[in-house]
Amino acid sequence: MSTHTTHAPHATPHLQPGEGEPGTVREHHDHHELGFLRKWIFSVDHKVIGLQFLFSGLVFLALGGLMAMAIRYQLAWPWRPMPGLAWMFPATGGAISPEFYTMLFTMHGTIMIFFVMIPLLTGAFGNFLIPLMIGAPDMAFPKLNMFGYWTMIPAFFFILLGFFVEGGHAAGGWTSYPPLSTIEAAAPGSLTGQTCWLMGLTWVGVSSMMGAVNYVTTIVKMRAPGLTMMRLPLSIWGLMITSLLQLFALPVLTAASIMQLLDRTMNTGFFTPTNLLVNNITPDSFAYGSQAAAAGGQPLLWQHLFWFYSHPAVYILVLPAMGFTSDILAVHARKPVFGYKPMVYSMSAIAGLGFIVWGHHMFTSGMNPALGMTFMVSTVMIALPSAIKVFNWLGTLWGGRIHLRTPMLFACAFVSMFIIGGLSGIWMAATPVDIYIHDTYIVVAHFHYVVFAGSLFAIFAAIYHWFPKMFGRLMNETMGKIHFVGSFIFTNMTFYMMHQLGVAGLMRRTADPYAYDVYQHLQPINEFITISAFCMFAWQIFFVVNFFHSMFWGKRVGRNPWNAASLEWDAPSPPGHGNFDKQLEVYRGAYEFSSPEVAEDFIPQTRKI
Amino acid sequence: MNISPAAIPAYDPKVDAPKPHHPIYDYDSGPPVNRGKFAIWLFLATEIMFFTGLIGTYIVLRMGAATWPDPADRLAVDITALNTFFLIVSSATMVKGVERAMVGDNGGLIKWLALTVLIGSIFVGIQAYEYAVLIKDGNLPNVDIFWSTFYAMTGFHGIHVAVGVIWNLCILIAAIFRKIPQEKYMKVELAGLYWHFVDLVWVLLFTIVYLM
Repeated sequence: MSTHTTHAPHATPHLQPGEGEPGTVREHHDHHELGFLRKWIFSVDHKVIGLQFLFSGLVFLALGGLMAMAIRYQLAWPWRPMPGLAWMFPATGGAISPEFYTMLFTMHGTIMIFFVMIPLLTGAFGNFLIPLMIGAPDMAFPKLNMFGYWTMIPAFFFILLGFFVEGGHAAGGWTSYPPLSTIEAAAPGSLTGQTCWLMGLTWVGVSSMMGAVNYVTTIVKMRAPGLTMMRLPLSIWGLMITSLLQLFALPVLTAASIMQLLDRTMNTGFFTPTNLLVNNITPDSFAYGSQAAAAGGQPLLWQHLFWFYSHPAVYILVLPAMGFTSDILAVHARKPVFGYKPMVYSMSAIAGLGFIVWGHHMFTSGMNPALGMTFMVSTVMIALPSAIKVFNWLGTLWGGRIHLRTPMLFACAFVSMFIIGGLSGIWMAATPVDIYIHDTYIVVAHFHYVVFAGSLFAIFAAIYHWFPKMFGRLMNETMGKIHFVGSFIFTNMTFYMMHQLGVAGLMRRTADPYAYDVYQHLQPINEFITISAFCMFAWQIFFVVNFFHSMFWGKRVGRNPWNAASLEWDAPSPPGHGNFDKQLEVYRGAYEFSSPEVAEDFIPQTRKI
Repeated sequence: MNISPAAIPAYDPKVDAPKPHHPIYDYDSGPPVNRGKFAIWLFLATEIMFFTGLIGTYIVLRMGAATWPDPADRLAVDITALNTFFLIVSSATMVKGVERAMVGDNGGLIKWLALTVLIGSIFVGIQAYEYAVLIKDGNLPNVDIFWSTFYAMTGFHGIHVAVGVIWNLCILIAAIFRKIPQEKYMKVELAGLYWHFVDLVWVLLFTIVYLM
């Protein structure tokens, strides 16, 4: 964003960017070429920052995926020397250790949630789409936006550092329940690894907080003239509600992880109960350094604080994906989104209810039954707005002229797999059911259907859909379809079967469940899942090749390859510094497709009739 | 249903190339409130939730404890009461500073802001002294849960006050060397909002940690 202001007759002098009064004219300087460092590293341009989040998110996606493969290998063929990692375990002849397995699933979850999904959805697409879809030249605070990515750098550093410290990385599960995570004697991963984990998460929290303040301010204050809130594309609504969730829920996790950090480094006793015995070691030995740790804390308190954020985080992972899906379905079905306002209200309802349901993660932790009942009812109520959304997506497709291009395929897959993941969520919320299935593979199947098959498929859809805007080129359609078909089939083969494992009672987070006789007959299913997961992982090569090939050699397209109506397609592809050629004015909503008022099959938001 | 997509038009430089040199308008769509002010309120919302996490933890731990020491036996309540008074006074001087900035009185702004910075520093100084005495007596955060919660809450509040002092000091330096013109009074008001928030949190903390 340019920092120079011209002194138009009625403009107030000395205005900073972001302080412009309506109608203030700002000279647009974009004709000096920035050097590589200024353009790609120290950039304040929202599009570049979005791409930074996109690329780092995809790198961590590959890392988290590799960890998932290692987990699957161990579950299918326990204690068989692991290809690629065998050199780390000479003592056992290459078989990984149980502690290593524990670390793998802990870090798989942590990386996928905090370093892949949240940065991809809010960091990458939030940054890239918000100013473009609301007709603004940039974010409200471009420098704050830049710091938002910079604070991810220490987060990356700490989360990677943990792999190389004594005892390995954190191994208390991605939920880090104390005392397992706070007492060194509890697990090898509770040495320095857990401290790195906490530092990494705190930095991610700071980054998300900066981003969220910026997104909400930008959406509320910088919409183009005529773009009322009820004309916003649903992607923007999803991102805005997500940002509000981050603003109000994330600081609680930050406070909690700081307290856990203090427990670990300064020997405070927030989460250490009185008279605790861990591995037959008395509290005096819990200390780090020479001093004994305080006691009198409550381990259960961490669970409340953690889930107070991490349940809304589940909606942070899915609301933007719902927004992208709504946009993509409408564009490729050539129909307005069915029930726009109910879509907005149901997203808000999901977010609002999301704040009062965290206890459903804790039914087996010990809870007043009356409280459990409250959490159960409020959780089941989330089915209502979710169902409204699903029926509206179906209503959008109904009778549309459906163009089955790659983004559309992935968006339809999101809807269908969100139904599976969402339905299992409803009955899982019932306390008596949950007590049976808690910590079984049913839970694993459920949240992978929502987050992997749901949100990640929506991210794929969004990448295929907005790739032309990012790079001015199309991704290859044939490769995209091959990528979709394989991913869809192998994803379902992988995760659907986990429901059967869960019903059979197979526990999650166990390196060798077959040590128990009752689970031995489940090994063939686990082998099937593992082979499917390997195929699914390998299949992503079609995406990687397509992504990088199309970035440089894809078919060059113009501003609006999909004939979409929303504002981002009015900008050049890729948009330059400052995004638009002129101040846009908006006369209608974002979904006027197949309108009888005009000869073409869509009316851009900027057209006045 | 037509499932064969329409052909995607090829790149046409006449339509699709960026058009050079158009002025960019920066339209303000929202409620008539400055963007910085809007953002600082959102930021303060996150701060409220952060301290809610800390204070909530304190309440849960204290309610769940079999016994809880009387704060008056362990803390210098009288000195801290005086310190609380200082911080409240500094909120008043901050209001005067913002008011001066609004009318463009740079000299008045410097005077009131300097007073705010001074009183804020006194607060941090007294708190540091309190900490020094406590630590000398062996009352470290690892002694028991009372001290754990005490240091976490007052410590994070102290950091916030220190940040506020530095923020105000930066504005003070700018006012002395560059003069803050009337139309940029918002710079002062944003720091003021943060300062009042920090003050308000302290009133709460003082009440529940020292008095109750």
